[in-house]
Amino acid sequence: MTAATPVPGSATEPRRLQRILARQETILFIILVAGVLLLSLQSDKFLTVDNLLNQGRLAAEIALIALPMTLIIITGGIDLSVGSIVGLVAIMLGVAWYNWGLPLELAIVVALLIGTACGLFNGLFITRVGLPPLITTLATLALFRGLAEGIAQARSVRGYPEWFFILGQKNFLGGLTSIPNQLLLVILAIVAIGAVLAWTPFGRSLYAIGNNETGARFSGLAVDRNKLIIYTLSGFMSGLAGWVYVSRVSTTRSDMGTGFELTAITAVVVGGTSIFGGSGTILGTVLGLALIQLMKNGLALSGAKGDSTTIVVGVVLIGAVLLNTLIQNPPERLKRLLPGQT
Amino acid sequence: VTAVTPARAASQGRSLLATARRLLGTQEGLLLILLVVLFIGVGLANNQFLALNNVKDLFNVNAYIAVAAIGMSMIIITGNIDISVGAAIGVLVTLSGYVALGLDDMDLPLPLVNVAAWVVPIFGGMLIGAINGFFVAYLHIPAIVVTLGTYSILRGGLILVAGGNTLYDLPAGYSFAMQDSLGIPNPVWIMIVLTILAFLWMRFSRTGRSQYAVGGNAEAARLSGLDTRRILMTTFILAGAFTGIASVMYATQFKTIQAVVTPGLELQVITASVVGGVSILGGVGTVIGSTLAAILIRFIGAGLVFLSISPFWVKAILGLLILVTVLADVVRRRRQERQ
Repeated sequence: MTAATPVPGSATEPRRLQRILARQETILFIILVAGVLLLSLQSDKFLTVDNLLNQGRLAAEIALIALPMTLIIITGGIDLSVGSIVGLVAIMLGVAWYNWGLPLELAIVVALLIGTACGLFNGLFITRVGLPPLITTLATLALFRGLAEGIAQARSVRGYPEWFFILGQKNFLGGLTSIPNQLLLVILAIVAIGAVLAWTPFGRSLYAIGNNETGARFSGLAVDRNKLIIYTLSGFMSGLAGWVYVSRVSTTRSDMGTGFELTAITAVVVGGTSIFGGSGTILGTVLGLALIQLMKNGLALSGAKGDSTTIVVGVVLIGAVLLNTLIQNPPERLKRLLPGQT
Repeated sequence: VTAVTPARAASQGRSLLATARRLLGTQEGLLLILLVVLFIGVGLANNQFLALNNVKDLFNVNAYIAVAAIGMSMIIITGNIDISVGAAIGVLVTLSGYVALGLDDMDLPLPLVNVAAWVVPIFGGMLIGAINGFFVAYLHIPAIVVTLGTYSILRGGLILVAGGNTLYDLPAGYSFAMQDSLGIPNPVWIMIVLTILAFLWMRFSRTGRSQYAVGGNAEAARLSGLDTRRILMTTFILAGAFTGIASVMYATQFKTIQAVVTPGLELQVITASVVGGVSILGGVGTVIGSTLAAILIRFIGAGLVFLSISPFWVKAILGLLILVTVLADVVRRRRQERQ
């Protein structure tokens, strides 16, 4: 067999074309455009600037969580505790302000610090004790939610001052078509985290860790330190999401953020980040988030009942990954759920 | 003879000590000891805890979690996971209710109606398991992704079809889980029998043992001639059957059925498996462990009430429990490695 014979699977023209088409971002973008066009035929309220910006407002909390989740999944890890951190931070914000009598500004800082501490706690267990991320964050999912429930004792906190709602309910500069404040926060986070992941040695090291952790360790990368940083970041960003959430809905309850982890992970995986680690981009996650939110909204506008729109989320998730797997045909087919973490 | 006795006594004492140490060295032994300590401890603090009705309740309430955790343990032992189990239970519980009401309306004989309402969800569970298993085994999509997807589809589907309806006026005799046999609640019987059967099957049957091989090292299992795809498929279908049985136990414990997915139910099931000593990395664990863990979780929840601690702290204690058991496992493994 010489290079002249077009052997299937060799590095010839069709293979290169395949690779461009096979990029999850490309596939996603096509699905997204097709979906938006289809849904805009169903309802003329769908494809309006107001509606799209409002969807951005609604997706902001999940987006803030999905960004660091992308980094974590790229390293081959996972963080199931993010939804519970949202709940704990929300409760602590209310308790620090209402029960402890702290000024609201300080209460926000305290709540964010608690969220960060939660992430650090996860990170320490994963890096110092060497527990698998899935099991560590499953435990802290219960622990943090339990603390929120135990501290709240089913009471909710309301009556925040007017300025507190600016972040969650107002638009930047006011006016009809301007951008919701929290969406601005999300865009800032997308740019910052996207740039760090794509262009810094720290960001590239995350791919190395996800591809081969032992190899990364032997080539002198600060594996444990970098993992500690991203789990702590995940805690901080979940805290931020908690703050935005309370500001948007004007009240604090201990069940806030329940199930956020599943939506965030879904967005990341739909966005093309491999659950085995080693590949993925922030752009993919942003497209995944947009796809999920717009599908849900478009279907709701076409008359779908409540949360029944999650059917589409599930179909898109399995469909996108199936398409990607079939095209790329990964060599290690029966790789396990989590490659050797300990 | 007299000279031998002390030596024999000493060796017996040693072997007893060794047995005790071996028992403590397993997750199952640790859980059993924890259960006994909690039972006696809380019982001494409040002797209402040991009242017959309460003891029945201690073993009864989480029996369906234990049965679902049998299937979950099998899946985790093969190195996979099932996030969709909570949504599947929600769907199958509702299915059971609709079958019971639908057939009852057709004036079929009651025993037939009830048996159908108990059996159809089991087949439904196997179908859901087969779909998950097909994607995992034959299309090579990671189980966490597949079952996250089926979780969303099942949950959305239930809302679309039944939308939080409450089903009532269920036929007489339908409420299987509210009945006793020989003075012991039916769910407890099912939990005990299924745990023993599943344990024996996993220990002695060819497919059961292969589950450990696949979870320990899938590639090695495949190279040594095991049909890993068939084993994974069998595991998911079988786990689906346990999910179906758990759903019937859940559906028949009250007079009405709510067509909703209980939030976090999948985590309760996974928690039982993990606290029971099933390693999330695959290849290790038994269903006896997961059943003991499901009972322990109920003991802790009920114990708090009897110690007048707010039940709102239950989840925090559960989280600590998972951390502590997993830490204990790490310590135990390091000690064994040193030996």
